[in-house]
Amino acid sequence: MNTRSFPGRWLFLFIYLLFTFAPIYWMVHMSLRTNEAITGAFAWFPESISFANYLNILTDPSWYDGYINSITYVLINTVLSVTIALPAAYAFSRYSFLGDKHLFFWLLTNRMTPPAVFLLPFFQLYTALGLIDTHIAVALAHMVFNVPLAVWILEGFISGVPREIDETAYIDGYSFPRFFVRIFLPLIKAGIGVTAFFCFMFSWVELLLARTLTSVDAKPIAATMTRTVSAAGMDWGSLAAAGVLTIVPGALVIYFVRHYIAKGFAMGRV
Amino acid sequence: MSAKPVNQRAWWFILPVLVSVAFSALIPLMTVVNYSVQDILSPSQSVFVGWEWYKEVLRDPELHSALYRQLVFSAAVLAIQIPLGIALALSMPTTGWRSSLVLVLLAMPLLVPWNVVGTIWQIFARTDIGLLGYVLSQFGFDYNYAQEPADAWLTVLIMDVWHWTPLVALLSYAGLRAIPEAYYQAARIDGASRWAVFRYVQLPKLRGVLMIAVLLRLMDSFMIYTEPFVLTGGGPGTATTFLSQYLTQKAVGQFDLGPAAAFSLVYFLIILLLCFVFYNFIKDVGTSEQRGTSP
Repeated sequence: MNTRSFPGRWLFLFIYLLFTFAPIYWMVHMSLRTNEAITGAFAWFPESISFANYLNILTDPSWYDGYINSITYVLINTVLSVTIALPAAYAFSRYSFLGDKHLFFWLLTNRMTPPAVFLLPFFQLYTALGLIDTHIAVALAHMVFNVPLAVWILEGFISGVPREIDETAYIDGYSFPRFFVRIFLPLIKAGIGVTAFFCFMFSWVELLLARTLTSVDAKPIAATMTRTVSAAGMDWGSLAAAGVLTIVPGALVIYFVRHYIAKGFAMGRV
Repeated sequence: MSAKPVNQRAWWFILPVLVSVAFSALIPLMTVVNYSVQDILSPSQSVFVGWEWYKEVLRDPELHSALYRQLVFSAAVLAIQIPLGIALALSMPTTGWRSSLVLVLLAMPLLVPWNVVGTIWQIFARTDIGLLGYVLSQFGFDYNYAQEPADAWLTVLIMDVWHWTPLVALLSYAGLRAIPEAYYQAARIDGASRWAVFRYVQLPKLRGVLMIAVLLRLMDSFMIYTEPFVLTGGGPGTATTFLSQYLTQKAVGQFDLGPAAAFSLVYFLIILLLCFVFYNFIKDVGTSEQRGTSP
């Protein structure tokens, strides 16, 4: 009957979703308990539900500032990455020019720099520019890995739009910028949504660069979470609650772009 | 399809990308190249040493074993995550609220900051208070990721599968959705089997998304650092000391900036070489297939 999938697919999917959800369940479970209960004994379900850990995070500026900082630089990064990637992706999709194929692969190579040693030059560069501990520094640094990916994804979407549309628009007397903004961008809004999701995601979860380039004013939430070790041991409860809260923004973003992903994209060039 | 028009002015479109990438990637890269040929005694004092550090790094037996562990790990990551991700994409519902729910649930591991991933699994895999460890020990497994090298290695691998398979699944899912209905109809008329539909319709159409999935998983698994650092700290012994861990020990722990810089460049070149091989391999497999099967 169904030649597009395989027998037992629902069972397989169900088991995999259980596997995906188990560690997240455990984090939620921990976040609702006290530290004594967490380290005290194993329990399948929380003995009693307490939102104290969440209240603690949402009322303490040293916690929730981390979220604001992270969201700020992630949004700056996403907007910048998508904006500069759009014309580049258009050029790669529509024209051939000297070195285009090499350039396309070269862009991706910038994702391949092992962080450990590159942290120091990054730190020196941004110190020299006086950008240390600002949101813009982290946003710019994260462009190293987000811009190449954004170009790659957008190029796929743009190649899915027939070139005749561009030509018709020119014949109708549209100037290039007007055509690009008024006609072309609406046509690839699914691509922009999907690209924004990937930029958001990779910037949101990165810690090493973000932590190196910030100290107080732009400190990301993931770095705030590393200081939960105190004299009384790990503050597992707060850590778990903060972890649960880190999933929320991304889950919202994917919820908004779910239709674009479900509609499909092929990434034509390759 | 007609050939794309040649237009050298397209370079202007690329310029913002080039400037931003040059700024945030090339300048640090050049700084690292500069370190790699010097003996840095103090921030103001350094001596040019030429190839010295490269020779030292290439002869380092610990580096060889870290590289070997890394290759085995990355091979395992690709061998598990790519087929698993494709299988997931094939089994995901295509319409309605169920597809939205599955998409959001599946994407969750991707949205957890990497150090938090390590922390979750650190607790999750503990035999006394963690779900996974507890269940495994109830079933009679002698599981202890903090003591047993094999257990630690497997835990890091399973954690990575949990963390990153959804990326492959999301990309493959989007790729599958982009296949026009006509292809399936044609296959049905030909009486194609399930396997034939997968092999000759779905897989070739997934080439583009799988290319990016394979490259991303290859380079990111090669640079895995935060998650095993939090989970196992590279141990027990050196069981989960992958290249990044070893590099960081050298750069930060022993503060050998010169050798560490030479090491990072060798490291970078290895990733580059592997990605280049995969890129060309997938590209070629794709084109010969298309020629063979398209009507």
